[in-house]
Amino acid sequence: MTFAQAKWNEPSINQLSEHGKVGYHAVPTDERATVDFIPKTLRRSRPLALPEVSEIEVIRHYTRLSQENFGVDLGLYPLGSCTMKYNPKVCDLIAASQKIQELHPYQDQKTVQGILALLYEASDRLAKIVGVEKMTLQPAAGAQGEYTGLMLIRAYQHDRNEGYRDEIIVPDSAHGTNPASAAMAGYKVVEVRSNPSGCVDTDALKSAVGRRTAGLMITNPNTLGIFEHEILEIAGLVHDAGGLLYYDGANLNAIMGKAKPGDMGFDIVHLNLHKTFATPHGGGGPGSGPVGVTSALTSYLPVPTVEFDGKKYYLDYNKPKTIGKIRAFHGNVAVVLRAYAYILLHGAEGLETASDVAVLNANYLAQKLRRVKGFSLPFAEGVPRKHEFVLSASQLLKETGVSALQVAKRLLDFGVHPPTVYFPLIVEEAMMMEPTETVSKQELDAMVRAFQKISDEAYAASDRLKTAPHATSVTRIDEAKANRPKTMKLTWRSPPTTA
Amino acid sequence: MGWLSAVHPYIPNSDNGIRKRLLEEIGVGSVDQLFQDIPNSIRSNAGLAIPRKLSEMETRRYVEASLAKNQSTRDILSFLGAGVWPHHVPAAIDSIISRGEFLTSYTPYQPEISQGMLQSMFEYQSLICDLTEMDYANASLYDWSTALGEAARMTVRVTERNEFIVPHYIHPERLGTLKNYCDPAEIQIVAVAQDRRTGAVDLSDLRRKVSDRTAGVYLEWPSFLGFMDGSCDEVADLAHKNGSLLVVGCEPTSLGSLKTPGELGADIAVGEGQPLGNHMNYGGPLLGIFACKGEGLLRHMPGRIIGSTTTQDGQQVAYCMALQTREQHIRRGKATSNICTNETLLALAAAMYLSLLGPAGLAELSAIIAKRTAYAIEQLSTLRGVKAPEFDAFHYMEFTVNFDRAGKKVSEINEALLEAGIQGGLDLSKHFPELGQTALYCFTEVHTERDIDMLRDELRVILGGQSN
Repeated sequence: MTFAQAKWNEPSINQLSEHGKVGYHAVPTDERATVDFIPKTLRRSRPLALPEVSEIEVIRHYTRLSQENFGVDLGLYPLGSCTMKYNPKVCDLIAASQKIQELHPYQDQKTVQGILALLYEASDRLAKIVGVEKMTLQPAAGAQGEYTGLMLIRAYQHDRNEGYRDEIIVPDSAHGTNPASAAMAGYKVVEVRSNPSGCVDTDALKSAVGRRTAGLMITNPNTLGIFEHEILEIAGLVHDAGGLLYYDGANLNAIMGKAKPGDMGFDIVHLNLHKTFATPHGGGGPGSGPVGVTSALTSYLPVPTVEFDGKKYYLDYNKPKTIGKIRAFHGNVAVVLRAYAYILLHGAEGLETASDVAVLNANYLAQKLRRVKGFSLPFAEGVPRKHEFVLSASQLLKETGVSALQVAKRLLDFGVHPPTVYFPLIVEEAMMMEPTETVSKQELDAMVRAFQKISDEAYAASDRLKTAPHATSVTRIDEAKANRPKTMKLTWRSPPTTA
Repeated sequence: MGWLSAVHPYIPNSDNGIRKRLLEEIGVGSVDQLFQDIPNSIRSNAGLAIPRKLSEMETRRYVEASLAKNQSTRDILSFLGAGVWPHHVPAAIDSIISRGEFLTSYTPYQPEISQGMLQSMFEYQSLICDLTEMDYANASLYDWSTALGEAARMTVRVTERNEFIVPHYIHPERLGTLKNYCDPAEIQIVAVAQDRRTGAVDLSDLRRKVSDRTAGVYLEWPSFLGFMDGSCDEVADLAHKNGSLLVVGCEPTSLGSLKTPGELGADIAVGEGQPLGNHMNYGGPLLGIFACKGEGLLRHMPGRIIGSTTTQDGQQVAYCMALQTREQHIRRGKATSNICTNETLLALAAAMYLSLLGPAGLAELSAIIAKRTAYAIEQLSTLRGVKAPEFDAFHYMEFTVNFDRAGKKVSEINEALLEAGIQGGLDLSKHFPELGQTALYCFTEVHTERDIDMLRDELRVILGGQSN
């Protein structure tokens, strides 16, 4: 198989503009609507500078651009901690129903019983999967779920006159959003180191917890793909100090049906529906980050929650202790419904199979790749990984001068998306890889062959490797230029005319 | 269960034979062995307590049976807006955003293989800057309310002050979200009064409230209640003379004809991009617009920003993420925001929408919305006991309808309307009790004059059959 991405050298949409063209009429044919309906004093004084293009030009432009973009539908996309699994098409088809798309969030609840029922069921299933009492579907993404969770911790502790708790502990292997969310929620971030087996160092944690501990944010399995087997002890340490335990759900795909965060002692859990529950990531969003809590925290959840009184479903705003709103309306509903369809398609047994095979695939790939010259699997070699693993290219760099980034760029030529590179920070030349359960053995083997080829090229000092990528729509990009003040260009009007 | 149903259509290696081969090659006895490091005390041995799987056909039937119980705004005649507005979405947009190359891609961390989405986001940012007359836009935030929250925090970072002034008539959900973005940063939210007759910001109250603690002043254009604020220029002036930043919240279709945030003197513009080619989807996902002026502010901007550059050989235009040192994946606890996943696909839809309509099309759209609004005001004003609108100002797309003199509650009226297949406006009586029995009605290009006549006639019947 040879990969060659389209190279359209497509101009910007404004460069296709020609005065007089239009791509869509919003106004009924027989009607005239002119600017006279708007008072002169309120009108914009400069004319709009939007492009003038017809529909076919817009379609061709964005179809060509789509051909210069890589998605799960095209090939292996093993970005670690991103869970880029296949997104079943029927879920999109369901979400495209006008009975969802054309619903307004303030409609009389009698007219939306169908969607409320589905949201209620989705919330119930998610709560059961992670072992918590209740979920809110409101957060728009994982990071917003984290922020919501931290606001819940804050409200709970303030309610108990424990406002002095101002520290959130995160492991040094944590996702970047964890410390960012904690800082944004007004907490001081305390980092604890990992031990040689890649897990939280419980001695370091012991000295980190105390009267000021509001909580610990952790993902399990962690970003090395290793299960934090001392999680009960960790939970005990945090709880004994009066803190709460927060589960970052980015890595849930490893353990569905195997172990529930609720049973591990977690008080708050966020989920990334665009990861574990297969909703398409849309090039960066939308996502959805529902948050689940144990019974002690349910009264603080954002409003409204979806409830059922035995006869009808309703939105409950009557929560005196609620933290209120974390965003407008009821959450990314169209994303939640896709995720619920995914849950229906899998059922209890299917979700467990997903975790089984995600872990099997990751271990298969890890064992194959660590044997490729120049690569290693740091931390706890004998311990099985879960859904992901972190390979190090440090030996390759030392022996050939080829970095993880160069390996990543060369991988592009093989029609696969490279793994996450240089994360987690505790691994040198890190390549964090999560194949997911939706990849075949053939694809995994092709990935191994690609790594083998790149290793060979590295040791043979191949130019082909150093000048990669070759098969993508553009060759290696000058990212520094995009960031230097003199050459930075962030809109097509740059430098800005109003500055 | 038959043999085939044990194999999952989305999980290629779910077949036992294939699993066995994978296990053999890495010398592991069973899949279960890979989970043996999970302590027994927390293993879920009973499996998940959720129903068994359904086939694709069964799933579709199950969900569609439930959805059939919904009456959408196509089934009933709805006049709801208030933060999510009904518009027709051009077919071209749904067609493009369903393409797997866009739909199933991740955040473009590897720019060489992600040029399509990167260029699209560069175009979105450029189009938003053209629309709002601002210098820089990010590639989206979650929605208007969170964009406002981020804007408030940004004004505080920039000015090192800690108060943020908002108008009294602000969307309650927007205010609620703002509170949750401000509280942990110890930012005080200060409400400024609005004139009971015109809705305009009460300048003497604003003068009393601005101080050397004021980081930002927030103005909505149009306001939550649909009126255009007659004191916008004075508000901008007051804010700037006080060394505060002006944040303008806008509804994007209005900018087809109305003054832009840039022209009003905004330092930061926020807004809701849903009207630009995105479905209402029961309120989510939405599209948070965020733009700012000047390089000084740019460095403080939250969210992803795409830049135009070239290939390393300088031969070709190319795009990549820029100023990533503001972001959480690099800066961790010191990032300008925790946002990672945003609303890229909706931003792509917005870029397409603005391109499809073009300058004349968007101007025409805003004009037809203004025309419908004026027509609805005229028609509802013929009803006895009805005051539409409450405020003496130009209204765009939305206005308040007061029923106090008709002696009926909004909730009763909406119940009765629904029986006639009409969803009335948002009941404001709880949010703004001083407005009495008032509802917020919304009119866009999806409403015909006949629709508005039907509303008028039905209201006349409900209110007792009398005209002014």
